[in-house]
Amino acid sequence: MTDNSSGATTTRGKPTAAGAGFDFAYWWDRVGILAVLVVLVALMAVIAPNFASVDNLFNIARSISINAILAAGLTFVILTAGIDLSVGSIVAVSGVVAVMTALAGAPAPVAILVGILAGAAAGFVNGALTAYLSLAAFIITLGTMTLLRGLAYTLTDGQPIVSNTLNFRDIGNGYFAGIPAPVVVMVLVYLAAWFVLERTRFGRHVYAVGGNAEAARLAGINVKRVTCIVYVIAGACAGLAGVIFAARVVSAQPTAGTGYELDAIAAVVLGGTSLMGGRGRIYGTLIGSVILGVLSTGLILMNVPFFTQLLIKGAVIILAVAIDGLKQRPIRRRANAVPTGAVPAE
Amino acid sequence: MTDTPGAPLLRLEGVTKQYGATRALDAVDFDLRSGEIHALMGENGAGKSTLMKILAGNTGRDSGRILLDGNEIDIRNPGEAAAHGIAIIHQELNTVPSMTVAENLALGREPVGRFGRLDRRAMVVDAQRKLDRIGADVDPRRTLGELSVGMQQMVEIARAVSEDARVLVLDEPTASLSRGESEHLYRIVREMRAAGTGLIYISHRMEEVWDLADRVTVFRDGRLVGTRDKSSISPPDVVRMMVGRNLDDLYQHDRQNQGPVVLHVDGLGDGAQIGPVSFAVRAGEVVCLAGLVGAGRTEVARLIFGADRPRTGSVTVNGTSVVPRRPQDAIRAGIAMVPESRKDQALFLDHSVVDNIAVSSLSAFSPRGVLQRKQIRAAAAAQMSKLKLRANAINLPVRALSGGNQQKAVLGRWLMRNAEVLILDEPTRGVDIGAKSEIYDAINGLAAAGRAVLVVSSDLPEVLGISDRILVMRGGQIVHEMPTAGATEEEVMAHATGTQPKEHPHD
Repeated sequence: MTDNSSGATTTRGKPTAAGAGFDFAYWWDRVGILAVLVVLVALMAVIAPNFASVDNLFNIARSISINAILAAGLTFVILTAGIDLSVGSIVAVSGVVAVMTALAGAPAPVAILVGILAGAAAGFVNGALTAYLSLAAFIITLGTMTLLRGLAYTLTDGQPIVSNTLNFRDIGNGYFAGIPAPVVVMVLVYLAAWFVLERTRFGRHVYAVGGNAEAARLAGINVKRVTCIVYVIAGACAGLAGVIFAARVVSAQPTAGTGYELDAIAAVVLGGTSLMGGRGRIYGTLIGSVILGVLSTGLILMNVPFFTQLLIKGAVIILAVAIDGLKQRPIRRRANAVPTGAVPAE
Repeated sequence: MTDTPGAPLLRLEGVTKQYGATRALDAVDFDLRSGEIHALMGENGAGKSTLMKILAGNTGRDSGRILLDGNEIDIRNPGEAAAHGIAIIHQELNTVPSMTVAENLALGREPVGRFGRLDRRAMVVDAQRKLDRIGADVDPRRTLGELSVGMQQMVEIARAVSEDARVLVLDEPTASLSRGESEHLYRIVREMRAAGTGLIYISHRMEEVWDLADRVTVFRDGRLVGTRDKSSISPPDVVRMMVGRNLDDLYQHDRQNQGPVVLHVDGLGDGAQIGPVSFAVRAGEVVCLAGLVGAGRTEVARLIFGADRPRTGSVTVNGTSVVPRRPQDAIRAGIAMVPESRKDQALFLDHSVVDNIAVSSLSAFSPRGVLQRKQIRAAAAAQMSKLKLRANAINLPVRALSGGNQQKAVLGRWLMRNAEVLILDEPTRGVDIGAKSEIYDAINGLAAAGRAVLVVSSDLPEVLGISDRILVMRGGQIVHEMPTAGATEEEVMAHATGTQPKEHPHD
């Protein structure tokens, strides 16, 4: 349903009777968000000292990776018109679980896997409650957000567990072929997410469920199962992000990931995925994350005060969504036919 | 209302509207008299709705003049339309179901007292006055969503019709109404005509147009083909004006080779209002479920397909019995359903045509879950050409297609899956005549290919035109079964309404 290089199937094809002139919606859909990123990077390279250095770009990539991995998982959920507010808390729980597993003597790969599985399990709880009990995802995940945070505190007794000999620290701090390890992991996550969404039957079902759940059901798609799985995917991604976070700070922090869910949602929406479901692209999410990361790092390099940074970030998110809404306008008008004829004559 | 009888109340002169390369309205001259019901007919895309949008102030015209009482007016937005006394009733309801009738009627102009306090009493009084004006018997304090669709539409009309409404445009107002509700609407429409209002009535239903209209104007391809006094023409004339050919060709089919029973429905019911019903459909046979709205036809179709869970009975396809607990069960057994509402229940409007067609067949094209995209595309394209669905549309979002082409995409979905049994619920609703005949071709093709076809339809000429056998439903039961050959509309209607004892015991 999403466009790709070979141009197989498109969500929104080139408009038929576009007539003459520039079709803003068509081009925004394709290159808009990327253009924003390019402009932003160019701007930063000129204004901010040291922005364009290799070291700094690696730094940005590394700092982006955790939010980007969260956002990749969340993209699945949002494509089905769902939402997951608990991913920030899952970061904490899975980090704690991974560190405790490692300290219990497990080798690094096992500790990492256990952390990811802990996230997936939390995601399964979200998904099962949402899909099989037909409860509102917003409320369920609001609940698990608090619950899992509480679990992280309980497991650690409210104190960070610091271990300077943490065996899986390299996944946060190491390098692979000269590239920071979290960045490599992030790229792998996005390749996998792209493949699943674009090239598998399951991916098509995700778009279908988000596009029209009832039509999907009547077309023979197991809507409940698809719904459940997307939360498991979001949970697993959050688990992975939690492991990386713990590795980077070489400790288990019960406060890890606080507020991360909001940055991740912002990245997904910035990337052009509709909160109404059925429309969006994984590559947009990646660019959305990068934009947010570049913005933060650039503003820090420019010595913009933290409070002002928040103002600017918030404005950028609103602007992006506004442009997205503008682009949807012609379609929406067609969808709702026409407004009421009973508009009061003032 | 001081107009001289018969004088044009509203006149359009040379109104033209261009959308990109398409001319939606081409130099249209049209007039509406006060105290008349003027029907607008034409296929979808003929220009009726563009004309309506211009009158409603939702879109501008490129050239031409609009005259009200001989004075040229401008309608730049819906507010100006209302100020000129032009009211529009759209096909979709534009009301808030969770609010009361009175609140809906006051929407946007709520009466307020001191300090902006909402004056609820004035609101109810005002609502009652508005409802009385159109003779609608509705309690203004009730929640709108609890009312029937018909009653909600009355409220919509009451809202649109202000004291000074002189022109009322109704767009397919009875599309979702029951017969009784439609009758009520006709009464209101006639009363307004008697009061001197000029009414423009857009409808696909020849029967009601013939009942109501004084004059008929036909559009085709953005041009006004002609305006006639109803007394001077007949329905076939109108159809010829609409399509440029005869309607009889529409229903031609030649079906002889019926095979063994494919679908066997046995004691199926929802444990309450519906069923138990039992019947069979043979290979190569088209069976119609006829009956009034609310007789339970759609419900039976949904039970067979597992869209709703049956409480009793089972379904057998080619000898294999299945209790369809969910659509997947039915689909696996070889049953397909084209549901009643294309947009809500069948289509992914933002997704491409190929995705919409392929969505139910992906398992066959994805070994180990990975899609074979070239094959999927080719298979979907094959269905498109079979159904004469515009080939250049394959990458378009389905939203951009006409109703007829959208319906073909849904049909294509099940043809691609090679379903043994096809259940079509109102397959031609809201579809223009050209696409209708292509959908009938597809149904004939399915029968010829040995499929069992079950059609739910409210359109009696269609029921008689396309089926081999008719099952009439009333009150959740099948009350009569008859071969289509020799059946008449009156006969079907008599059984559907229960106004006549079962006098043709068949088989």
